[in-house]
Amino acid sequence: MKLKGKVHKFGDNVNTDEIIPARYLNVSDPEELAKHCMEDANRSFVNQVEPGDVIVAGENFGCGSSREHAPIAIKAVGVSCVIAGSFARIFYRNAINIGLPIFTSPEAVKVLKKGDKVEVSVGRGEISKSDRKTVYKAENFPKFIKDIIRAGGLMAYAKGRK
Amino acid sequence: MGYTITEKILLSHVPGAKTIAPGDFIKAKVDLCLGNDITSPIAIREFRSLGRKKVFNRKRIALIPDHFLPAKDMKSANQAKMVKEFAEEFGITNYFELGQMGVEHALLPERGLILPGDLIIGADSHTCTHGALGAFATGMGSTDLAFAMAFGECWMKVPETIKLCFTGKPRKWVGGKDLILHAISDLGVSGALYKAIEFTGSTIEMLSMDDRFTMCNMAIEAGAKNGIIIPDKITEKYIKSAIRKYKPSRKGYKMLKSDDDAVYAEVREYNVSKLEPIVATPHLPSNGKPVSELKDIKVNQVVIGSCTNGRISDLCEAASVLRNRSVNPNVRLIVIPATQDIYLEAVKEGYAETFIRAGGVFCTPSCGPCLGGHMGILSEGETAVATTNRNFVGRMGHPKSFVYLANPAVAAASAIKGTIAHPADL
Repeated sequence: MKLKGKVHKFGDNVNTDEIIPARYLNVSDPEELAKHCMEDANRSFVNQVEPGDVIVAGENFGCGSSREHAPIAIKAVGVSCVIAGSFARIFYRNAINIGLPIFTSPEAVKVLKKGDKVEVSVGRGEISKSDRKTVYKAENFPKFIKDIIRAGGLMAYAKGRK
Repeated sequence: MGYTITEKILLSHVPGAKTIAPGDFIKAKVDLCLGNDITSPIAIREFRSLGRKKVFNRKRIALIPDHFLPAKDMKSANQAKMVKEFAEEFGITNYFELGQMGVEHALLPERGLILPGDLIIGADSHTCTHGALGAFATGMGSTDLAFAMAFGECWMKVPETIKLCFTGKPRKWVGGKDLILHAISDLGVSGALYKAIEFTGSTIEMLSMDDRFTMCNMAIEAGAKNGIIIPDKITEKYIKSAIRKYKPSRKGYKMLKSDDDAVYAEVREYNVSKLEPIVATPHLPSNGKPVSELKDIKVNQVVIGSCTNGRISDLCEAASVLRNRSVNPNVRLIVIPATQDIYLEAVKEGYAETFIRAGGVFCTPSCGPCLGGHMGILSEGETAVATTNRNFVGRMGHPKSFVYLANPAVAAASAIKGTIAHPADL
C-alpha cells in the first residue's frame, strides 16, 4: 500500500498536550478530536491539512501523556502517517494499536521539508519524495508488531480470541 | 549473567519462559490494570467491540475517575457515567466513586492494591509511580487497557535498564522532587527512552515512601518505560500497613532485587550533598535550574498537589513554610491533597487550617489543574509554580502561560514571596 501526501514539518519533543490539549479530553469521538489536532503546536494545522498528508517530526514525537486521543486525532483528521526521528514509547504503541502508520527514519526527517510531496510504501517501509530520487528505509518493525499492523490494530488482532 | 529487578519481574510474568533479555517481545500477565475517567471511555468502547461477557478478573482492574471529577462539565459527567456503568455491569471491584476517589497513583498504593513484585499497567503515563514499591509499573494506552481487561495480559518489549546511583545526604529543603528533576535535567526528556530507570544508592535507601513515589512518578519525563526502587524495610512497612488497614484481596508479594552481576545499559552517579532545590522552567521538565538562579519571576498561581507531590509529607513540608505567614495578595494558592485519607490527616494535623489562614484554598482530591483540566486553569500570560510533573506549552491552561515545576517547600515559599523563592530566603 502506498501513502501519498504533502509534508507538515514539526520539531523535536512534540508532546501529546500540544497534539490534543486536555481541554478536549472530555470527549473521545474521533471526529470531535480531529477538529483540535495539533492545536497547541500549530493552530492553523487543521485548516492546512488535507487527507493523505504526512506529519514529519524530529525526535521523541508524542512524548508526555499517554492519551490515545493524540494518535486518534491525527488519524481522524486525515493524516496518513507520521514519520519521525524517534517516537515516545507510549505514543508508539498507541499508534500501532489503533492502526495509525508510523515510521522511524532520522534520515528522511533531515531531508523532508514543509510542503514536500512524499510517498510512503507501507509494506516495505520506504519513504521518498515524489521525484523518487532517494528512498529512505524506515526502521523495521518486529514480527509481532507487524502482525498487529497487518490486522489493522490490536483489537482487530484480538478478535476471535477466546 | 544476572538479571535486573525489572527483568526478574517481567520474566516471572511470562508463563513458561525460562530466560529473558532486553529487546525480547513478550506477552506478560498483568496483576493489575487501571484507567481513569478520560482514558477509560476509549478502553471501554474498545473492550465492548470484542463482545466479551466478562472481564479477565473483576478484582484485577481499577477504575479511578480522578481527572475531571467532581464533573467539571456535562461531557465529563457523561464520561464518568460511562465508567461507572461499565464498572457496575462487569462487577469491577476497584471502582472508586466520588467520596472514595483520589488521585490514582496515590490512592492505589494507599489501598494496598500495588505489591512488590507486581506487574502493573495503566492507561495513564504516571503509572510508573508504583515502581517505588518494587513493582514493574508502566503507562500504556486505552486500547492496551481494553486488551488487558479482556485477556489479563499485555504486549511489550523488555527494556534495558539505566542505573541512577544517588549518594550523599540531601540538604534541608531538598527532597525526592529535586533529585528527580536533577536526574531528568541530566538525562533529557528522551534520555531514558524505552529504558527502565533503577534508582539506587544510599540516598535512595534513606528516602521515605512519599519521596520514592515522587521520583518514580517522573521517570516517564525522561522517556523511561518504568522507574523502580529495590524494596526494603521501608517498603515492607508501608505495604504491611496498607494491607492491615484495607485488606486487599491480594496479599502475596515478592521482595526482589537486582543481581550483583546484572547488566545495565548505563550507570550514572549523582552526589547530592550540595544540591539545591531544583526548579524546571518552561516548557520542558528537563529545564532544571537551582532555585537561587531564578530571581524576580512573578508568580500568579501556586499548585501544591498531584500524583507527584500530593501526599501527606508534601503537605506537611508546605505547611511548615506557610505556618503563620501570608500568601502574597497577587498569588492564588491551591492545595490539593491526593486522597481522602491524606485530606483527613491534613485536617487533623492542622495543615488545612494553615493553608486557609495563610490565604490559600484547600480542595477535594483531583488531578484538577495539573493537566489543565479544572480547579485552577491559567489565563494568558500567567505563571504558576506547581509541584506537578509537566510544564509543556499549555499544560495548565492558556498556550501562552508558564509553569515552573518545584518541590512543595519552594512552591509554598513562592506563594508567600510572590516570586520564585527558596524557603530559606523568607
